[in-house]
Amino acid sequence: MIVRILAEGQWDVAEDHLTELNRLDAELEAAIEADDEATFATTLAALLDAVRTSGTVLADDSLEESDLILPPADATVDEVRELLNDDGLIPG
Amino acid sequence: MSLMKRMSLIFRSKASKALDRAEDPRETLDYSYQRQIELLSKVRRGVADVATSRKRVELQANQLEQRSQKLHDQAQKALSMGREDLAREALTRKSGLTGQLSDLKAQQAQLQGEEEKLTLASQRLQAKVESFRTRKETIKATYTAAEAQTKINEAFSGISEEMGDVGMAVQRAEDKTAQMQARAGAIDELISSGALDDASSINRGDDITRELDAMSSQSDVESELAALKAGSGADQPEAIESGDASSPAELQAEPKKEEGQA
Repeated sequence: MIVRILAEGQWDVAEDHLTELNRLDAELEAAIEADDEATFATTLAALLDAVRTSGTVLADDSLEESDLILPPADATVDEVRELLNDDGLIPG
Repeated sequence: MSLMKRMSLIFRSKASKALDRAEDPRETLDYSYQRQIELLSKVRRGVADVATSRKRVELQANQLEQRSQKLHDQAQKALSMGREDLAREALTRKSGLTGQLSDLKAQQAQLQGEEEKLTLASQRLQAKVESFRTRKETIKATYTAAEAQTKINEAFSGISEEMGDVGMAVQRAEDKTAQMQARAGAIDELISSGALDDASSINRGDDITRELDAMSSQSDVESELAALKAGSGADQPEAIESGDASSPAELQAEPKKEEGQA
């Protein structure tokens, strides 16, 4: 499965790591709902680390679409909310 | 639905909205390629902008560091002359600079990080654009308009996602840089107005320097006098480094003025 970390690149992550990623993803969502910036930051860091360590980096010239996309490492709760609002940060 | 999944769906819907703009789908390939090239040059401009901001902050940090060092030297000199009050004043001003300095260092590190990230983003985008171009030519040469659509969608999906990502990265870098430039502008103003550090405001020579100079001129005169009285002219006071002229008091004041005019 292809996972993109925004502003960083794409990783190919094996399916068996998905449980762990989903667990962190759920925690991240809860932190956003609770507006808990500190938990958000540590959970996001853990989630991104999990992707980086369990996956292999895709070649720069690959044109593969990602199955999952994650916020950039220095994102804030507000920024992610905006991203999810569709009309936020993504140009196009 | 999971956050990760939602984000990827949002990117996909953006990408498909950007598609289907030409009657012949093969034309959309060229259209998209054009946009990719534009984005690529935008990212490169972004890298250059961030680098400029970083250099400006570095320059400011150097200026403040020099001033800080100068105040430290002044404090030492004042102390050696038994003027603890002046030394205290110099150190107080120096501590005022320390906060500014560490703020600048933090900004510098952040800009450096942005610069590296954007540089990598531009490399990734370039590789993908080249890869897209090859695929575009193959599609145009191989398929009819009717057949091309699926192939085009495949080629598009990856590059559109990358373009969304890179476009966002450039936007974020611009926002961050703009914030820092506003702060850098404020510091530039402070530096040029002399308010930040009157003690080393070079144009006028500052009060601490003036007082120290006056004192050292005085003590130079005294030590010269003492030397003359002792009948040993060879024992020049240490402060007169540049001098073969006859008036040590004047000489001592001169280099400071020259420094100010430079």
